[in-house]
Amino acid sequence: MNLEIILHAGLATGTILLFAAIGEVFAERAGILNLGVEGMMLLGAMAGFSTSLATGNAWIGLLVAMSAGGILSLAHGFVTINLQADQVVSGLSLTFLGTGLALVLGEGLTGQNPPLIPIVDIPLLASIPFIGPVFFGNHSVLVYVGYIFAPLATYYVYKTRPGMHLRAVGEKPSAADTLGISVYGVRYFYTFVGGMLAGLAGATITLSVSPGWYSSQTTSGQGWIAVGLVIFAQWNPLRAAFGGYLFGMLRRFILDLQGPALLFGFANPLYVNSNYGFFLQMMPFVLTIIALIWGSRAATRKRLGSPAALGTPYIRGERGL
Amino acid sequence: MTSSPPPYAVEMKDIVIRFPGVLANDHVNLSLKRGEIHALLGENGAGKSTLMNALAGLYKPVSGTIKVHGEQVSFGSPKDAIAKGIGMVHQHFMLVPTQTVTENILLGLNEPRFFMNLPKYDQKILELQEQFGLRVDPTANIWQLSVGEQQRVEILKTLYRGANILIMDEPTAVLAPQEIEEFMQTMRSMTEQGKSIIFISHKLHEVTSVADRLTVLRKGVATAEGIDIEGLTGEKLAELMVGRKVIFTVEKKAQEQGEIVLDVRGVSAQNNKGVPALNNLSLTVRQGEILGIAGVAGNGQSELAEVITGLRECTGSILINGEEVANFEPSKAIKSGVAHVPEDRTGVGTAPNMTITENTIMKNYREAPIGNRWGINFTAARSRARELKEAYDILAPSVRTQARKLSGGNLQKVILAREISVEPQLMIAMQPTRGLDVGAIESIQQLLLKQREAGTALLLISEELDELLTLSDRIAVMYEGEIMGILDAKDADINDIGLMMTGTKRSEA
Amino acid sequence: MKFPFTLHFEQRTDDYPKWLPAVTSLGSVVVAFIISGIILKFIGGEPLQVLKFFFSATFGSWPVFSDTLVKATPLIMVGLACTVAFKMKLWNIGAEGQFYMGAFFASLVVLIPMVPLETTPKIIVIGLMMVMGMIGGAVWGFFPGYLKAKYKVNEIITTLMLNYIAIYWNNFWIFDKWSDAGFQMTPQFDKVAWLPRLSDLAKEYPMFSGITLHLGVVFGLIAAVIVWWILERSTWGYQIKLIGDNPNAARYAGLNITRNIILVMMLSGALAGLAGMSEISGVVHRLQERISPGYGFTGIIVAWLAKLNPFAVIIVSIMFGALIVAGREIQPSGLAYLLQGIILFMVISSDFLLRYKIRLVRTEQEVA
Repeated sequence: MNLEIILHAGLATGTILLFAAIGEVFAERAGILNLGVEGMMLLGAMAGFSTSLATGNAWIGLLVAMSAGGILSLAHGFVTINLQADQVVSGLSLTFLGTGLALVLGEGLTGQNPPLIPIVDIPLLASIPFIGPVFFGNHSVLVYVGYIFAPLATYYVYKTRPGMHLRAVGEKPSAADTLGISVYGVRYFYTFVGGMLAGLAGATITLSVSPGWYSSQTTSGQGWIAVGLVIFAQWNPLRAAFGGYLFGMLRRFILDLQGPALLFGFANPLYVNSNYGFFLQMMPFVLTIIALIWGSRAATRKRLGSPAALGTPYIRGERGL
Repeated sequence: MTSSPPPYAVEMKDIVIRFPGVLANDHVNLSLKRGEIHALLGENGAGKSTLMNALAGLYKPVSGTIKVHGEQVSFGSPKDAIAKGIGMVHQHFMLVPTQTVTENILLGLNEPRFFMNLPKYDQKILELQEQFGLRVDPTANIWQLSVGEQQRVEILKTLYRGANILIMDEPTAVLAPQEIEEFMQTMRSMTEQGKSIIFISHKLHEVTSVADRLTVLRKGVATAEGIDIEGLTGEKLAELMVGRKVIFTVEKKAQEQGEIVLDVRGVSAQNNKGVPALNNLSLTVRQGEILGIAGVAGNGQSELAEVITGLRECTGSILINGEEVANFEPSKAIKSGVAHVPEDRTGVGTAPNMTITENTIMKNYREAPIGNRWGINFTAARSRARELKEAYDILAPSVRTQARKLSGGNLQKVILAREISVEPQLMIAMQPTRGLDVGAIESIQQLLLKQREAGTALLLISEELDELLTLSDRIAVMYEGEIMGILDAKDADINDIGLMMTGTKRSEA
Repeated sequence: MKFPFTLHFEQRTDDYPKWLPAVTSLGSVVVAFIISGIILKFIGGEPLQVLKFFFSATFGSWPVFSDTLVKATPLIMVGLACTVAFKMKLWNIGAEGQFYMGAFFASLVVLIPMVPLETTPKIIVIGLMMVMGMIGGAVWGFFPGYLKAKYKVNEIITTLMLNYIAIYWNNFWIFDKWSDAGFQMTPQFDKVAWLPRLSDLAKEYPMFSGITLHLGVVFGLIAAVIVWWILERSTWGYQIKLIGDNPNAARYAGLNITRNIILVMMLSGALAGLAGMSEISGVVHRLQERISPGYGFTGIIVAWLAKLNPFAVIIVSIMFGALIVAGREIQPSGLAYLLQGIILFMVISSDFLLRYKIRLVRTEQEVA
């Protein structure tokens, strides 16, 4: 149980959650609740993996994964924006769709070894004592992308014009509409962005952090955890990234708990009876619930909350929104 | 030879706008001269907002033409209208509560392109404010502003975009009498600086005091197009608006008043933002009395209704017939005989997808013959609902019709039927006639007076001073959560009331 | 030459015809089948074969129909669980976890054991298992209900998380304490804990031999009637529908929303838990790792397809039961997921037709 290893692993697996959660932040900020993230992630995971296998190029695989997630999300967008269907059920149907497609099209991928996204060190920075190897050494390129993406996304949302329009559409679409902003257009765009990022998150798993295709076990609920993280992050991309890394570290920590015979000087019950490991496997999900409780209470206290128009279809001329 | 600028800023000809099930504008003509204030008058539901929304680019007319400054235009979206210099100040503000004044003003524009340098624009907006005398803090978030300040932001939005044609939709609804005077001054100064204004209202006397010409709509049709204000009598105007010579007057009989039913003692409460909304407020209402509450929106009226009906916590004491109801659940107030006609008909007062029957039993579904502790007898409920439908003249295909299909007036009647049918001791009516057409207003007001005759105590909260003066026995004026004064409606002086509404005067009552 | 008609979408101002919801639901299923068939063909499967299996599963021989009903049994109860919750706009995605917990709690009767199994009459054992199953599901529904009521925590995610937690919880007990010689399941339950089946009567009625239809289906049918009564005739049902339609109005009318959230989640959980009990007592006769091929999620689709009508839930469940039976023959297994996703997607898309009318309008002729 090594702090450096836990941190390092946390940054790697956290990147998966980072992409998915920030994608969902964008979609929800525009007012669209996308519960299909898990399905889009799995689809992206499969698409990336199989494309990389077929073309011999992991980067093309990555692109295809993002496109797959994006295209699937357009279905959600059409149904919720144009047809004004219920966003919760639509998202669920997309989880089924994405998962189903991934499983069906992904038959026979188990055990394959396509080219992966390269693992590199950042020169200079990797030599800084302690932080160097943890943050900048021996990581997938995607992890470094995550480092830059999170603060950029945050700056975009809060300090730029498109970010301001995004927030307006999610808070009060009628205000944006009367000033000439296309509410439908903005919502479609960010739904697509969310889908792409979910696909990217999926490919990050199969082409990078946990290479390989394990059918539905590949994502094992991380898409849902990402959705929960959005609430925990109060719809702030930087906080979502932080939450992702935290979760990544906790998962590694939990994994490591099972190894040693002695834990902090006491006999490790997990070493004695490996079945206790099931309780550890529960932990990410329990922690998500705790994160949600924390996030909801914080929101109530600060009288802030989700974007006001989240989950409500926009119809021009309806009073109130 | 130089041609003089076209005399008309806007010419709308033969406009037809249709919605599912209703013809909102039927071949309407409206022309706005440059530099004039043109009033668009009509009762609620006449089609005024719809017509102006078309001018603002929100709706596309089915047929008809629009010319702006002599040029024929076809607006595909609000952006097109804004580009032609048209700016609309909506009745229900289109502001993003969580963003600042400056951000709201800059929304939808092309400059700044990407990076938002807010302080620079805060300054620009301050300068604009000076020019027109519309002061508000650019760095404040909208939710922190008062209603009057928010209105200023809406006006600034249009001015910042270089609007020279302004459409104001019921702008005075949220203002106190003195503020209205100030607002009229602002409008005149704007026309002096070259702007042309269309001013939508349903209030006759406001319109006559400031408009140059007016157009009157009745049920989608223009009954007067661009006529001069000069020489118009109230009667003539009323006839144009409603088709009758005189706006009805309701008969209010003199009445004995009985015991005190509602006794509010020293109540203080906070609003949703954690700011004090009620400040040590006390009042009483007797049987057979209507106590009107006057005041500009946002001075604690909603909170007052909520503390009495158990929807909000407070300190202090509220007694209904001697029984304490403060800080209990709404069910306690209901059991103590409180009926509540809420401000928000659709959001609070009814369940939109449930039938009329289901909406009428909301208070008494546990009582025989409609139901008991366990089950509901829908046959009995439906027949009761049919009785009420008949008695209150509610227009709907049947009692199985969903509430959201009803018009505002009919929905209000459903709510009133429900509240009255439980024979309440105290009825709180908030904005009961808001948004209704004249016929419905008349019905609702008659119903309220009938309740008064039956001995119910009524607390009437309204933004329409005329309504309060007509219906109330006494009028209490609220400002910033306090009662500024209580007057007898018979001898009330509008000026005094206006001063109290803006907090300037306080009377020892 | 321009196409002379355009499509116009208008919001409906009057009620939609009574047959429309059934038609859109049915139509969605048909379209979903067609789309899945195309995808199946694309990856080299045989869609017409599958269709044949599907029909033979529903209308073929009695044994196959009995299989269909056996699969439909848990679906009916889970579908009802989701119906109840959705009526109040509570998104219970945790029916799967509540199912598992119901199975677990019911198993406790046998595994501890809670009563002496040799001497207790069957009706007591089964009855106790039913109660325990419902308690297990109710407890699992209580947690997310409480969190939502008290802290406004989003129930979609909490119920979902609890699904995973329930499965791991179950796994621990069957891998560890109650494992059958190291296999991932408990030993088979004593016969007294088995729900009676039609095949039990094979001696008197030879035609019932081999028919595995068990008492659970009766639970489902009775539950449907009870849920119908609750929703359509009881005061509680009125309150549930009012809260679901407009919580502000419900509050204004004096209803206690907090209490109702918790109670409805518990009822929903109890129904799903009963489904779990029925499955282990009527079908597998032991507690094992996989007792549900995703009934909890299919239940959501059943409820939505049935448009939250308890009796329609029965019919839709039978249809899905047939799908599952037919699906045993199809490869690959992911197709079942896909089909369900497409069906749900089609159903919500078709809901649009309930709110909008489509009209064919003659476009104006261009004047030269």
